[in-house]
Amino acid sequence: MIWNVFIGLSLLIGLVANTLGIVGVLRFPDVYTQLHAETKATTFGSIFTSLAVILYGISKFCQTSDGQYVTLILHALIAVVVLAITNATGAHAIARATYRRGHRPVKAVVDHLEGFSK
Amino acid sequence: MFAFIVTFLFSGGVYLLLTAGSGSVLGFWAPQELWVGLVISLAAALMARNYFFRTRRRPLDYLRRWVRAVAYVFGPFFAELTKANLDVAYRVLTGHMRPGIVRVKTGMKTDAATLLMANSITLTPGTLTVDIDEETNDLFIHMIDVPEGMENRDSIEVEELFSLFNCPSWVRRIAE
Repeated sequence: MIWNVFIGLSLLIGLVANTLGIVGVLRFPDVYTQLHAETKATTFGSIFTSLAVILYGISKFCQTSDGQYVTLILHALIAVVVLAITNATGAHAIARATYRRGHRPVKAVVDHLEGFSK
Repeated sequence: MFAFIVTFLFSGGVYLLLTAGSGSVLGFWAPQELWVGLVISLAAALMARNYFFRTRRRPLDYLRRWVRAVAYVFGPFFAELTKANLDVAYRVLTGHMRPGIVRVKTGMKTDAATLLMANSITLTPGTLTVDIDEETNDLFIHMIDVPEGMENRDSIEVEELFSLFNCPSWVRRIAE
């Protein structure tokens, strides 16, 4: 019973964060600001949805002692770690490619990257 | 020899983690998984020991760095990530922003430290790493809300980006 409360809370936080990320992608004016919303919110949201999976696995393992739930917990854990690293790195790659393609940030007050070339 | 043993134990550990729950030997593993894991770990250790151990450090030093890395992810990093999400939520709802790209002096000495710093910056409030100056390890970051007066400066220090914890010094202690 108490497990279900925590699972539900994790799912709720995760879904709210992911929804905010999507709204940000739709609302923000250029690629850079959209990436802000997308990377932060989806990483945070996915951490919590995965936490819900982990909690579900723990609660089921406590009831049944079935080995398959250990697999579920560990794989969800590894997925979270990999997701956090690749999400940030992927955003970095997209932002860099966008800048080199010639897109400049909208309404920027300062741009130190302008004129910096290798 | 030391590098071989540590690489063997590490790859074996990861294999056991990924296959846990497959049977009942030692609690969680099927016997064939254990044998296959042993053979694969030995092969991986033979091939990869020199890549896994680029730098020669003392064993205890490695352990300390791993412990610190885990503590960093669960402590300061998670706090900054939470704050970043509240910040994004605020900007999504109000639309208030003052974007710009600024040069940040990190002062990191190794590639691993620069990577960890760049990823930490991307997942912390209002900042996104766009490009890197590979000679000085300076990062170019896109800020969603440039503070008044910052646009007139040539560069800023990395410590100015974090408010809750001193993340740069954590990164230095983990990866330098």
